[in-house]
Amino acid sequence: MSSIHLHYDVSGEDFTRAGEASGSVKKRLKALGYNTDAIRRTAIAMYEAEINMVIHADGGFVDVDIYPDHVDVLLSDHGPGIPDVEKAMQEGYSTAPDNVRSLGFGAGMGLPNIKKYTDDMRIETEIGKGTDLYLTVRVKEA
Amino acid sequence: MDKQYFHSVELDADLCCGCTNCLKRCPTEAIRIRNGKAHILSDRCIDCGECIRICPHHAKRARSNQLEEIEQYKIKIAMPAPALFGQFNNLNDIDIVLTGLRELGFDYIYEVSRAAELVSEATRKLIREKKLQTPIISSACPAVVRLIRIRFPELCDNVMPLLAPMEVAARMARREVIKLTGAADEDIGVFFITPCPAKVTEINSPHGSEKSAVSGAIAISQIYPALTSKMDKLKVVESLSKSGLIGVGWATSGGEAAAMLGDKYLAADGIENVIRVLEELEDEHIHGVDFIELNACSGGCVGGVLAVENPYVAQARIQILRKYLPVSLNHLKEDDIDRMMWETILTFNADTFRLSDDIFEAMDMMEKMEKIVNDLPGLDCGSCGSPTCRALAEDIVRGRAKETDCIHKLKAKIQSVYDQLGNL
Repeated sequence: MSSIHLHYDVSGEDFTRAGEASGSVKKRLKALGYNTDAIRRTAIAMYEAEINMVIHADGGFVDVDIYPDHVDVLLSDHGPGIPDVEKAMQEGYSTAPDNVRSLGFGAGMGLPNIKKYTDDMRIETEIGKGTDLYLTVRVKEA
Repeated sequence: MDKQYFHSVELDADLCCGCTNCLKRCPTEAIRIRNGKAHILSDRCIDCGECIRICPHHAKRARSNQLEEIEQYKIKIAMPAPALFGQFNNLNDIDIVLTGLRELGFDYIYEVSRAAELVSEATRKLIREKKLQTPIISSACPAVVRLIRIRFPELCDNVMPLLAPMEVAARMARREVIKLTGAADEDIGVFFITPCPAKVTEINSPHGSEKSAVSGAIAISQIYPALTSKMDKLKVVESLSKSGLIGVGWATSGGEAAAMLGDKYLAADGIENVIRVLEELEDEHIHGVDFIELNACSGGCVGGVLAVENPYVAQARIQILRKYLPVSLNHLKEDDIDRMMWETILTFNADTFRLSDDIFEAMDMMEKMEKIVNDLPGLDCGSCGSPTCRALAEDIVRGRAKETDCIHKLKAKIQSVYDQLGNL
């Protein structure tokens, strides 16, 4: 099935630019007349993941494929990897540094929230190498 | 429901020179320059008035009523917006303005700030009773409500389903005057004294009801010279004002939110800021807030494009005027809230921005758009008549522009023709 493919490089340098990729995807989904619930879930999950990428992994890239009935997102980074995925999935667990927390992020809602808003979530992570996060949001017929 | 609605913002084609000022400023990308003149894409325009504000040639203007038009009615009621009170130097008494309006030919005055106090009380009650989806977005600024309707589908349910103070005021004014005089409803003309073109639109295509009780709107800038001259010559000042500091406070950004009497609120003003807040709300990044006040104009209603005074000067004056007012002089009676609730629900206009109602076709169009965008120079100069390169790409796939509308593309094409000719 054909898809619309979008690619974004996420800078790890500038925290204030985090959210640009998810914002751009949201805009395109709206132009497609996409299901509004799926737009909302995609935008929220992607934003959380994008922030994570900037906080923990010094940036990376995002590949998005928009299909008529679902959206696939891959967020890939060369960061430190996640040592204990199960622990990272617990609400409130956070390794965010203080300067990030002072901005209101790093409350340990990242991964659990992403899971909540997506239909599929898969993490491939290797210590010292990086993390690939695969997300899928499906259109649920009203 | 999604009928073409009337717009108050219109263009004087003789004055328009086709420059790109309005094109670049429009927050919903609703303007195109075609054949050297600006055109408004009706379904995208939210009547915020930014184009009127920016146009150096005064080619954009707001349709509103003339003062003479009140003569069509036997009984004439003026409904001044609270923003009107911030327009005068050294004003220390709202009654001077209201008596001035009486001198201009109005039989009765009903301050919109009175209804604002009732709307504030009703909102507090609805929040307390947890009857609404939070955070509640104020429905008072019609440009904001229209913006939500065309761009923020998931937020339509958060808009407070209460009529705006202007509408509530018009209904109450009519009821009071009918009770007092026994006049027929059609003999009563209710005129809003407005700082805002979007309110003019609201009268013609209201949110939350089928028909507005307001007969017309007269711009503050239109009535101002006549009104100040009357105010200067007053012999007696009548005691007419019946609003407290809560109602008058609605004139400026934060006034409506402060009237919630709590601290879990947010107030943003200026259309770009409003859009940013709505984006964040949509992405669920804003927490711990019950009430959100949004004003399309910087400074709030005092910043309306039909006001005359600098919004921040007006704000300072409103502050001084409020100082000696009682908190609130208007209170809800039994069935008031029911009468203030929207009769029609807010629906999202999905067609405004989507490329096609068929997802496959829309994807196809977007694919083409992305290719075209990559091929355009990315200067966003507006010379083609579309506000950005991306907007031009969209116009091309929608069939309302062509690639050579881009002057840089055209130049390259001419150059290549020239080169080929040289080779002959």
